[in-house]
Amino acid sequence: MSAFQTTALPAGEVAPDFTLPATPDQMLALSDLRGQPVILAFYPADWSPVCGDQMVLYNQVLPEFRHLGAHLVGISTDGVWCHAAFAHDRGLHFPLLADFEPKGEIARRYGVYRPHEGTSERALFVIDAEGVIRWSYVSPVGLNPGADGILDALESLAGKRDVTKEAVS
Amino acid sequence: MSLTPAVGPHDHSEGLPDAPVTLVEYGDYECPYCGEAYPELKAVQRLMGDRLRFVFRNFPLTEAHPHAAHAAAMAEAAAGIGKFWEMHDMLYEHQGALDDRSLTRYGTIVGLTMGQIEQALSGAHDEVLRRDFMSGLRSGVNGTPALFINGQRYDGSRDADSLVEVLRAVARDVA
Repeated sequence: MSAFQTTALPAGEVAPDFTLPATPDQMLALSDLRGQPVILAFYPADWSPVCGDQMVLYNQVLPEFRHLGAHLVGISTDGVWCHAAFAHDRGLHFPLLADFEPKGEIARRYGVYRPHEGTSERALFVIDAEGVIRWSYVSPVGLNPGADGILDALESLAGKRDVTKEAVS
Repeated sequence: MSLTPAVGPHDHSEGLPDAPVTLVEYGDYECPYCGEAYPELKAVQRLMGDRLRFVFRNFPLTEAHPHAAHAAAMAEAAAGIGKFWEMHDMLYEHQGALDDRSLTRYGTIVGLTMGQIEQALSGAHDEVLRRDFMSGLRSGVNGTPALFINGQRYDGSRDADSLVEVLRAVARDVA
């Protein structure tokens, strides 16, 4: 699996702050999570097939992410009610943010919007406790990138090793 | 994406250890796609004969599949009395009935004691399941079933004909 040419914000950049709906009546700001690493997982759409579904996999891996001190946040251009139905159906234990209005604005700021489809790329960002991107990865849109890259990046953060140089180019 | 750790003595394997090709499946007993792959992989084993070693590792997506953890635990319990593959096959052949009562019945059929069955259902094999799951994550497993051929991830078709074609080619290269 190799990343292709991408405009995604690279490691070393400050992660753009944002505030988006996490539920029909709750907002979540990236800055609310400052102080702990954050995994920002952009994905194209809710309701992809069950067993290969990226969010279902991350839901399963959530205890490992938490063990490494990290918050996980999913983000797509679906609306809050779609997210609510999807999260309920799959029993997800982490927030899904609605990058819905203006559509894909946050995906654009992270360099991972797909204007033709109106969705984001399948893109991962690991952001450190100070709000700096320490690892980013864009997967081919049809391919679930798994969790190994995230785990490696979080472990590097925990070991205070500089991963900036190891980021995907 | 390569398999970490490599196949070792703690793995459940069928076939000769020195077979030229090793096929590893990360699977979930309640996953319908694993259920679809099951007869294909059986056919592959028949067609490859001594040239193939087949290994199964657990990757239960328990958040999505409520019976997956107990089913996997029952197979691990069966492994303890040398009946892993009997249980593995029974689970995939009865994917629609993986509740604890059914699992208990399968356990009895392969010869587990009630004590062993109760232990399996109360978490005695959790550490093994977690070890397999984590090895899958590290190997880049992103869903089930995930296949590795001689340590390299295989993302192609999972029908028996396609698999046998690939495996035969790998076997020729190794020879």
